[in-house]
Parts: sequence; C-alpha cells; structure tokens
Amino acid sequence: MSRGVGPLPGGFQLPFWLATALAMLVAGLLGILLDRIAFAPLRKRPDTHFSGMISSIAVALIFEALATALFLPQRSQFPSGTVPTRPLVIGTGSLPFSRVLVIVVALVLVVLLTVLLRFTKLGKAIRAVAENPKAARLLGINVEAIYSFSFFLSSALGGAAGIFYGLAVSRLDPTMGRTVELKGLAVIILGGMGSVPGAVLGGYLLGLTEVLSVALTNTSNYRDAIAFVLLFLILVLRPSGLLGARRVREA
Amino acid sequence: MIGESTRQLMAINALLALSIYLTLACGQLSLANAAFMGIGAYLGAVLTLNAGWPFWAAILAAIIVPMGVAIIVGLPTLRLRGVFLAIATLGLGEVLRVVIVNLKSTGGAEGISSIPVKTQDWQLALALAAALYLTWRLRGSRMGYAFEAIREDETVARTMGINTTRYKLIAFVLSAALAGLAGVLKAHLFRTIAPGDYGFVQAVDILTFAVVGGSASFLGPVLGAFLLTALPELLRSNLLRGVVNLQVGWQTLLLNGIILLLVILFLPNGLISLFTRPWRRPTPLASEQTPIEAT
Repeated sequence: MSRGVGPLPGGFQLPFWLATALAMLVAGLLGILLDRIAFAPLRKRPDTHFSGMISSIAVALIFEALATALFLPQRSQFPSGTVPTRPLVIGTGSLPFSRVLVIVVALVLVVLLTVLLRFTKLGKAIRAVAENPKAARLLGINVEAIYSFSFFLSSALGGAAGIFYGLAVSRLDPTMGRTVELKGLAVIILGGMGSVPGAVLGGYLLGLTEVLSVALTNTSNYRDAIAFVLLFLILVLRPSGLLGARRVREA
Repeated sequence: MIGESTRQLMAINALLALSIYLTLACGQLSLANAAFMGIGAYLGAVLTLNAGWPFWAAILAAIIVPMGVAIIVGLPTLRLRGVFLAIATLGLGEVLRVVIVNLKSTGGAEGISSIPVKTQDWQLALALAAALYLTWRLRGSRMGYAFEAIREDETVARTMGINTTRYKLIAFVLSAALAGLAGVLKAHLFRTIAPGDYGFVQAVDILTFAVVGGSASFLGPVLGAFLLTALPELLRSNLLRGVVNLQVGWQTLLLNGIILLLVILFLPNGLISLFTRPWRRPTPLASEQTPIEAT
C-alpha cells in the first residue's frame, strides 16, 4: 500500500541522499497517519484481517488518486545524473550503477531491519506484539505505539522501495505501485509471513524465476504469469511459505 | 436522470456483485470474479465474432467454461483461508491477463473492438432477475444453511458433517457462472474489451460493491453496485452542477476510495445495515474473525 513519494524533476533540486531521506521520512509519517485513521479503529473488531485489507485497498485508491492529481498521470523520471551513469564493470560483464546501488541499499536495509528486530529492545517488543498483543500489553509494552512504529517503518521502507524502483527502471508514475503491490504480497507469501530472511529469499526467488522464464522462453511475454503460477504452487504445496512458521497460515 | 448506458452498467455490476456475494455468503474471500468475467467476455466475443456462434450459444459457453475453470482452480485454492485466498485468486487474474495478451485469437494487448452489440435490455433484466431469484432461494435452503454454517465456523461445520469442500466449491463455481455471464453481456454491450479490463482494478471494484452495500444480505451487494455505478452520473447531474465536477478519472477513484474507507470504518455491515433491524443483523463472517488461539 505504500509507495515512493520520490522527488520530481524540476522540483527542489535537493541532493539525492537528502531527498531519499526526506521521502522516507514523509512516507513514514504518512504511514503513522494512515495507521491512526484507517487501521487503529479496526483493531478491536472481530474481522480485523478482512476490514484491514479493505481499508488498505481504500487508502491505496485514495493515494493513487491524489498522486494522479498532484503529479498528473504522465510519467516522469529522476533527472539524469542523479546517480553516476557510468556502468560498473565486473569482470566481463557490466551493470548500470543504479542497479548496483539498489542491490547495496537493499542489503543494507535488510541487515538493519534484521538487527532492529532481533537484537534491540524495540525489536523484541515488536515481535512480542506480533506474537500476542494481549500478553504484550500485560507485560507493559505500549502496543499502540508499537503498531504506529511498525507502520512508520513499513511505509518508510515502502517509500525507499518506490525511489529505488523508480531509479532502476527510470520511470515514475502514479500507478507504478500496482503490480509491485501484488508482487510484494507474493514475495511475502513465497517466503513466509513474519520472516525477514523469508521475505528476502522470496524476493530473490521471484526475481530469479522471472529472469529464468525470460531466458528459457526467449520472450518476456510470460514473465508475470510465471511469477503468479509460482505463487499459486507455493500456496497450494506449502501454505506457510518457504521459511514461515506453520501456524501463521491457519488464521 | 440516469442514462441508458449507466442503467445497463448498473445491471451488469449488480450481477458481478451477486457473484461475489455467493462466495462471501460461504465465508470465502475470493477475488477471482474479475478473471471469470474476463473469461466470459473473451470467450463470448471470440465465439460470436470469429466462430459465428449465435449469441445464446455464446452466452451458454461463457457461463459453462468459467464454471469448469472454477472447478480446476477451486479444488486446490479453496483450502486457503481469508486474505490468502484473496491473494491467490487475484493471481489468477494476473495469469489470465498474460495469457490473453499472448494468444493470437484474442487480439493481444490491444484487445478486441467492434464486437457486435447483441445484448438487449430484456436479457439484462432477465439475467439479473434469475441471479436474484437464485440467491434469494438460497436463503433457507439446505445449501444456504450449509453456506451459513461454513461462514460462521468452517471447523464446526465440518464436525457437524457438512461437506465443506463440496459447498465451498459449489459457491465458487456458481460465482464463476454469474461473473462469466456478466462478462459476455458487457462485452456485447460496450463493444470493446482489453486484457487489462479484468485485473486488480476490476476485482477491487467488485469487492467494493459488496463491502459498501454490505454482504449480510444478497440485497446489499446489489444496492452497492447500483449506487456506486450511478453515483458519478448522479453527481454530474443538475442537482449538483458546479459543486462537484467528476470529469477526471482520479476524482472517481478518490471518491470510491473515500466511500470505501468511510463504510469500513463506520458501517462495517454496509449500507444495507441502515435498513435492517439491529437485532437481526448477522454477526461478521467467522472466517474473518481472529481465531481462538490454541494454547
């Protein structure tokens, strides 16, 4: 549901790193706002999963509409020279610098997120809330604050993903979130809910399958379909995902 | 006040709303309706346009083939619950889009245009009446009770000896039939179809009908479909001329988003709950409730 609120060409001419940080901050704050308006009121409902999904769809529609109104439906892209254009040569192959940047940034963020979730007190609190909100509350954890923080984090990461996705494919438009959104869900299911390594593995697996499908069939025609067939198979064969706990899917 | 094409679209969207109601009534959050609609639309268009089939035969095929696909797809996926079923069925729509784009006979990415206009208003009325009758008769029937039991608690329903797999599959297949019917009728009304018409956006639209109207009664989704389809035109009419001007796509999108958000926040049982007595209001779907945690 979150997508990048990246800088526009002809905008403020900020340096790229500052723009990225600002965009992540804004996306994160939007996430908190979103949680307070659209998700917190639903949490006490018995059908919280269903209504949560509906309200995130509603919010996605609103965001997309506002993005179209603000930035017009036409496509834009990051100004050339945002990142070095000289490709990186490794051995006999070469990679565009933007792609290398994406890989590095993704790895750094994954490590940071894992450290946060596994080794800090805040991370412990998040995991406790995920496990059992009631028990967490009894233990003195401010559950609502944890929810808000999770939304901040998730939306900020979504914002970062939007920026780097836009950078890597050099295209930005208000509907760019749609296919990514579905694929993001697919990745989570592939890897298993609530598992950072699972999400990373799912992401790489999906990416590899897409690339392999292009290489094997010599066309990119079936790329998106194969990704979803894979998702379908995983859902049927191992509903808890590759690295997910069995219990999660029973909900 | 409401133009002819809007009225026709209202009937078609009501059919789609009833299609999603059937699976919701059985506690299954399936978003495959748009995909089944696409199968019906494409199959019908290809049959009347290329194969020269009479319209009634094309309609029959557009009902039966999605039912067959629903059996094949439904058997494995209906084991999934809640949001996971939703995601898997959304994936079906994506696969369908890719297949349509790559097939020769479906006009590829451009889709099919100049489909003959064959759908008559009486056919729309008949289809809607038949669908309403079907869902109305479901209430209080043996199957209706089975659906309700599964919706309330699938595990308990199975314990009571209800063949849950069978009834879930029946709901899914009937839902596919209605969606296919809506697809073929719409294709022969508005003349052009494209692969992108039956993806995520359409699936969400159909779900919105059911949520805004309320899925506790079969009248809810129909109300939602009527209202949301007619709303842009109503807002454009003399009544509000100059106040709101829904000309641009994003404004309709924004309006739909806001309505959906307001309904889920303040009217969780949909608009229809405004008309039903509070003590008769059914509880939310059991499959959507947080499970009792095994300790």
